[in-house]
Amino acid sequence: MRKALIYLLPLAVFLIVAVFLLRGLWLNPREVPSPFIDKPAPMFSLAQLTQPEAKFSPADMKGQVWLLNVWASWCVACRQEHPLLVELSKRKAVPIIGLNYKDKPDAAKGWLAQWGDPYDLSVKDIDGRIGIEYGVYGVPETFVIDKNGVIRFKQIGPITEEIWQKKMLPLLDELRKTGAAAS
Amino acid sequence: MRRILALLLLGFLPLLAQASTEPTMLDPVSQKRLVDLSAQLRCLVCQNQSIAESNAELAVDLRNQINEQIKLGRSDKEIVDFMVTRYGDFVLYRPPFKATTALLWIGPIALLLLAVLVFYRTLVSRRARVDERPLTDAERAETQRMLASTGQNKNPS
Repeated sequence: MRKALIYLLPLAVFLIVAVFLLRGLWLNPREVPSPFIDKPAPMFSLAQLTQPEAKFSPADMKGQVWLLNVWASWCVACRQEHPLLVELSKRKAVPIIGLNYKDKPDAAKGWLAQWGDPYDLSVKDIDGRIGIEYGVYGVPETFVIDKNGVIRFKQIGPITEEIWQKKMLPLLDELRKTGAAAS
Repeated sequence: MRRILALLLLGFLPLLAQASTEPTMLDPVSQKRLVDLSAQLRCLVCQNQSIAESNAELAVDLRNQINEQIKLGRSDKEIVDFMVTRYGDFVLYRPPFKATTALLWIGPIALLLLAVLVFYRTLVSRRARVDERPLTDAERAETQRMLASTGQNKNPS
């Protein structure tokens, strides 16, 4: 009996390895866990895309739950999630601030004119510095930021209907319920 | 002679190419630090290249960041921490030792020790099974008889 068990050992090892490899098939190597979750959103003050004389800072959104969406006119995958963002803005589902990442302002404005502008406003991160502050490496990226300015969720790559329904919407509802910490 | 000189000069061409992506030059010591640091950091856009090797725009930006921070007199550790707080441990090709990475670091050593242990025990148990006692006279005679009876003992000793 003991001997039989020893012969089964390689099979057991193989099965364990197989389970890990199988799991690996469904993991996306691009989705690196963000070190920003539950950390305060880095501060910045950038000129707005459509009104360059006006500035925007995340502090302006204190007390609101909002999305910071990193986009660019050169970004192909941004086109993919764009209809969903437009839809969300029509429904007034959540304030969306655009971080126009390493883009030419004219190209960015043209892109919004062509495909629709779902953003409450967009800010210009022309040299990508704020992108680095937010650890951006795969545009589009979307941060969910709560009433206290803390990042609660990060989506790398396009937001899909499924991600919106299953992850972001429930989180937004939950975050809206909790009040802002007195500060 | 001129040909050789031309060939030698050709060898410097890559240096020119590199100079164009780095906006400002550093002194040799800082330059070496820049290269060393960026070689330790993973470019997240093309994950199997370091920031030093990658030509992705992000890698260029991050090299510039490192460059700037070296000029500001930051230490290597400060610069690496800067990257880790923004991009996570994943940017490090040499992951830090902590609870989540313990298996990664200890795993291979543990497997090696386990293999050595199993190997040792196998050897010990095999030695226990091998009978190294010399044959007695009676046994020797019996062996001779058996060999002779099969008719194959053409060369009796």
